[in-house]
Amino acid sequence: MASAIDVRGLRVLRGGMLVLRGVSLSVARGRVTGLLGPSGCGKTTLMRCIVGVQRIEAGEVSVLGEPAGTPSLRPRVGYVTQAPSVYGDLSVEENLLYFARVLGAPRERIDAALETVGLGEHRGQVVSTLSGGEQARVSLATALLNQPPVLVLDEPTVGLDPVLRRDLWTAFQALAAEGTTLLVSSHVMDEAERCDEILLMRDGEILAAEAPASLRRRTGAATLDAAFLALVEGRDVP
Amino acid sequence: MSLRVTAATAARVLSQLRRDPRTVVLLLGVPSGLVVLLKYVFSGNPAVFDRIGGPLLGLFPFITMFIVTSITMLRERTSGTLERLMSMPLGKLDLLLGYGVAFAAVAAAQAAVVSAVALGGLGLDVAGSHWVVGALAVLNAVLGTALGLFVSAFARTEFQAVQFMPALVFPQFLLCGLFVARADMARGLELASYAMPLTYAYDAIDLVTRHGEYGGAFARDVAVTAGAALAALVLGALTLRRRTP
Repeated sequence: MASAIDVRGLRVLRGGMLVLRGVSLSVARGRVTGLLGPSGCGKTTLMRCIVGVQRIEAGEVSVLGEPAGTPSLRPRVGYVTQAPSVYGDLSVEENLLYFARVLGAPRERIDAALETVGLGEHRGQVVSTLSGGEQARVSLATALLNQPPVLVLDEPTVGLDPVLRRDLWTAFQALAAEGTTLLVSSHVMDEAERCDEILLMRDGEILAAEAPASLRRRTGAATLDAAFLALVEGRDVP
Repeated sequence: MSLRVTAATAARVLSQLRRDPRTVVLLLGVPSGLVVLLKYVFSGNPAVFDRIGGPLLGLFPFITMFIVTSITMLRERTSGTLERLMSMPLGKLDLLLGYGVAFAAVAAAQAAVVSAVALGGLGLDVAGSHWVVGALAVLNAVLGTALGLFVSAFARTEFQAVQFMPALVFPQFLLCGLFVARADMARGLELASYAMPLTYAYDAIDLVTRHGEYGGAFARDVAVTAGAALAALVLGALTLRRRTP
């Protein structure tokens, strides 16, 4: 089966710095792929390239077989930025209603999206009065409205309590089981265990791309944190 | 172009305003307060009030909508919602037209309040139809909105955005003919005034309030004002970038 996202030789300059230094990767359809790496390694820039809002220096990015940023891809790729990008002066429901209209999603989808992110009882609340984690979930709910085949989520679980984090990861896996392709970034290594595949990133380059268990086996490390260190320091890795 | 997205955006902008009652009160009340002030400043010389009061009715919405939209659009840029919208199936012009429609509605309310105060309460005398004065106020509000949306692309911070008001609106006000007849200005300034959209907006409203004239000159001034608003919206759409560095 063809992959959902293909990146070849991607180079991006931001503020005069080479943020992505020739990245190549592919993301399988209908799976949860984790994009892991320390803060500042280029995860957000890579995601911006995939949704087509980043100006690129060189390389090719294709999503569902079309060049990233093509107008026909816009309804088919959902993007959630790291900072919640919703209107703070509107209620949860007003935000979702607006984005549902822009996306052409039926109104009934709002209930389902709110349920997935566990914000049902906050629907009438003004977003700026919610906590940071709740605002991030409103932002996430927005991307679920039109059920796009590809979801690009930038650190969606930051600052959430463990119960919510578990619930969200369960929701991601359920979406993948229905055929949605998810690319989820995180700088928390233990979240990688919940992914089908992981992409380990450091300093604008991809260090490894494989299933979490296979990475641990290959590096002989007990945890993914240790595997990351082993890869960075090049110790005994076949 | 999508009517659905334009209407949704207009409704969203109006809901945002509704959540901010203090701004609504200021938008609706401040022009009336200023007209009252103007009336009493010129109490010794009522002819001046009649001469500049009429045009001001039509020009207030231009200023307020310019400021309000340039800040609102900047907020949309800095909050990340613009980037999100740009990754969605939304036309740039749909977004800008949505803003235009929402603020035209606000301007209509503003014009209704300030006209009632000036024409009813303060006895301001205008030669032409009150309805035409109101319609011109809405047109000028759309012009202010369009220019505000366009210039917000050049502001990185709110501090910069508010400076565009004195930088771009004051000169147009001074040169449009409201304070000094354009023919009495230095030749260079007079020529410069013809490059400014507010000059035509002022001429149209002056023809109505002072002379009650709706002839060819009036039609030309209205057409130029509307054309400038449309051009600013298109320029605004061109400055919205889907891909950013």
